[in-house]
Amino acid sequence: MGIGFLLWTRACFAADTVRPSSPINIFAPASTPASEIYHLTLFVFAITGAMFVVVAGLLCFAVFRFRARKLYEASEPPQIYGSNQIELAWTVIPVLTVVVLFLATARVIFAIQDAPKPPAALDVTVIGHQFWWEYRYPSLGIVTANELHVPLSHLNHPTSTYLRLTSADVDHSFWVPQLAGKTDLIPNRVNEMWIDPQRPGLYLGQCAQFCGVEHAKMLLRVYVDTPEQFTAWVKDQHRPGNQDPSVAAGRRVFETQACMNCHTVTGTAATGRFGPDLTHFMSRSTLAAGAAVNNAANIREWLKSPDHFKQGSLMPAMQLSDQQLDELVAYLSTLH
Amino acid sequence: MADQVLTIPDSLSVSPPQIADETFLERLHGWVVTVDHKKLGILYVLYSVFFLFVAGAEALCIRIQLLRAHNHFLSAAVFNRFFTMHGTTMVFLVGMPILFGFANYLIPLMIGARDMAFPRLNAFSFWLTAFGGLLLYFSFIGGFGLYGVGSAPDVGWFAYAPLTARAFSPGHSTDYWALALIVSGFGTLGTAINIIATVLSMRCRGMTLWRMPLFAWLMFVVSGLTLITITPLTAAQIMLLIDRYLGGHFFDTQAGGSAVVWMHFFWIFGHPEVYVLVMPAFAIANEIIPVFSRKAIFGYPAMVAASAAIAFVSLGVWAHHMFTVGMTSVSNAFFTLSTMLVGVPTGIKIFNWVATMWGGRIRFATPMLFCIGFLFQFLLAGLTGIMLSVSPLDWQLHNSYFVIAHFHYVLVGAIVFNIFAAIYYWYPKATGRMLSERLGKWHFWLFLIGFHITFDTMHFLGFMGMPRSIYTFEPDRGWDRLNMIVSIGGFIQGVAVLIFAVNLVWSYYRGQPAGDDPWDAWTLEWATASPPPEYNFATEPVVRSRRPLWDLKHPEDPDWRYEQ
Repeated sequence: MGIGFLLWTRACFAADTVRPSSPINIFAPASTPASEIYHLTLFVFAITGAMFVVVAGLLCFAVFRFRARKLYEASEPPQIYGSNQIELAWTVIPVLTVVVLFLATARVIFAIQDAPKPPAALDVTVIGHQFWWEYRYPSLGIVTANELHVPLSHLNHPTSTYLRLTSADVDHSFWVPQLAGKTDLIPNRVNEMWIDPQRPGLYLGQCAQFCGVEHAKMLLRVYVDTPEQFTAWVKDQHRPGNQDPSVAAGRRVFETQACMNCHTVTGTAATGRFGPDLTHFMSRSTLAAGAAVNNAANIREWLKSPDHFKQGSLMPAMQLSDQQLDELVAYLSTLH
Repeated sequence: MADQVLTIPDSLSVSPPQIADETFLERLHGWVVTVDHKKLGILYVLYSVFFLFVAGAEALCIRIQLLRAHNHFLSAAVFNRFFTMHGTTMVFLVGMPILFGFANYLIPLMIGARDMAFPRLNAFSFWLTAFGGLLLYFSFIGGFGLYGVGSAPDVGWFAYAPLTARAFSPGHSTDYWALALIVSGFGTLGTAINIIATVLSMRCRGMTLWRMPLFAWLMFVVSGLTLITITPLTAAQIMLLIDRYLGGHFFDTQAGGSAVVWMHFFWIFGHPEVYVLVMPAFAIANEIIPVFSRKAIFGYPAMVAASAAIAFVSLGVWAHHMFTVGMTSVSNAFFTLSTMLVGVPTGIKIFNWVATMWGGRIRFATPMLFCIGFLFQFLLAGLTGIMLSVSPLDWQLHNSYFVIAHFHYVLVGAIVFNIFAAIYYWYPKATGRMLSERLGKWHFWLFLIGFHITFDTMHFLGFMGMPRSIYTFEPDRGWDRLNMIVSIGGFIQGVAVLIFAVNLVWSYYRGQPAGDDPWDAWTLEWATASPPPEYNFATEPVVRSRRPLWDLKHPEDPDWRYEQ
């Protein structure tokens, strides 16, 4: 049956796996940890599938073969109380199966968890917040949110990405099924996981540990960039925040209302850290951790009433006037 | 040894005294002050069935909300309350009380005793459990929360720290949750102690431990396991309340506490809890499958040994709920192995049930239908459990709909199926009337079909990356169609349960009279009247084998010739 599951999901999504925004699927791995797990999954499905066929077959046979022909027959069948030989056999066979499964599993556990870190690996610190993701690239000096950019890796010269995971508030869990299994983000603790994606594109995921009201909209987007794309992205992120004088009115709103208490725009007075860094806000394709597409209309709606996209978001509705909203949207739209 | 055998029909000769006309208030008073194990057993079952409807309704609201992407039936906050209350209710107010209810009703009858060892403790335990449940539900009106926090608990039935800290969960909803579980937990402990004492000290003459019905054996094991597992839960709840109100820092990560310690406490309760729930379901299967296959249970000593082994191993597997929290590779490997090992005694049980049916004459009455459904679903649940014990696979599937599917296969496919089987099987004993077989078959087939539509489909959603506990999902994820199917299955199950409710009420007034032994069964409860008199047996029965009524019905071929 496991194989059935597998063929079914493969058939449904085989064509989609190369497209960005493909439906998520653990059977379309694009990175070593995910594909190690995928191959182990096939093995486990084969063994459990065989067990299912044998035992369910015996069960169905017994139910069919030994059914009473009439509801109440006078005579009783021969009474059998047990058999030590048979019971020993069906104790030993499962024990042997467990040994085989365990050895296969242990190999993958150690291969993933204790893999040596390649020298060219990129470090990223991931910090979970209610209900968004903060990414910090210490070696590159980049801080961004919600949309993770990582370089493509080749099997021959891996440029893996090592994620150091922690949380600013409650437990969260980082899960992008096509890249790796999930790892929890726990306050007061640093966990580590790694990915070495081998196909460029966009991979989706979301928080997998219940973290409060808006757990459902703590979405994840991972962009796997070719080396050129990644270099260009890094260069963009290094530029200081835009200070276009034509949107000075909006900037003033940003800095005089409470926005700057929570958000940072590099090169300005805004250095808040409670919410996402907005220095290169427009370089992201979504806002509110993936709850809406990042365009002027949605930004305006989001500023006016965060509950519209995200009922329990910690961003307050700031009660801005229409004019202030227009100015603020104009300002934010220049933060490329 | 039983050198002189008091024949069991002696106990039949005394019919229950016909109770003279009592007013409604007198009867109600009788139920409230009762210390009779049978009345308490029935109270437990009725109480649990009531909460089964409540938590089932919550599940259906959850499924309406998830019919399609971005649905607006429930708000995020209400959804979170509903899935928290659904889980908490099903585990603590349905699963445990109903199974302890069966134990209460049946163990004294099965071992030929007049009551439990401590009847007053028994009543006390029931009322603690009952008021614990009411306390939990009072939170809907009493647990004033701040904006976005709500009234009823909304932190998940696992209530992971630090989401339960006052910083993230202001208001009193989490307090209601903790206090309700402490109160009902003490009730559970009382019942567990009572069952252990009853089994050890109240057995009738001739009933050695090796002649005890497997139902009593398994409940004995379960009670021991309960004593071990409820304790850390209660401790953790008290620590949580200390954190919240007395400035403790056990789980307060902002002051250096540990979120992971809560997980350890919770799961060292939570995993054995699964076996506390599923072993009574095994116990029910151990009684029903032999009777409807017309054969003795295959490998009685192995069944007892396997139960004890499951209880023991289950105490060492809790961290398989924590494969994703960043344990070392060695710990992950250890808990993978220990979890897989549970499969061995569990496998023995499944094989022995199939062997019991092998060569029998299987009667497909409703209790047996539910038990066959149980066997099939429990097999699948065991196999998906093996998949999840493989920790790398768990890194993918943990907290996904695959896990939801897996544990509902255990909790519904195995446990609820056997609860229904038990109600169909013992209802005639408790009320003196049979449940309608025709409605029973409708109930069974609709429930089976609905169950498979819902929970088979959920496995696929897990493969496709849908996490649990989300109140809505994005249209671009491709989960729409499958969620629609899951919800439809849920409603089919809802209809089946309504048929069951109708059957319970209708048969109470109009069902066929059952007689003392409608199923031609072999354990002692069928030797007395239906419903049994208050004193159970007029004279103390004396038994010589595991199936005293078989010996009585087949004097030419009694069991005690074959048992050591």
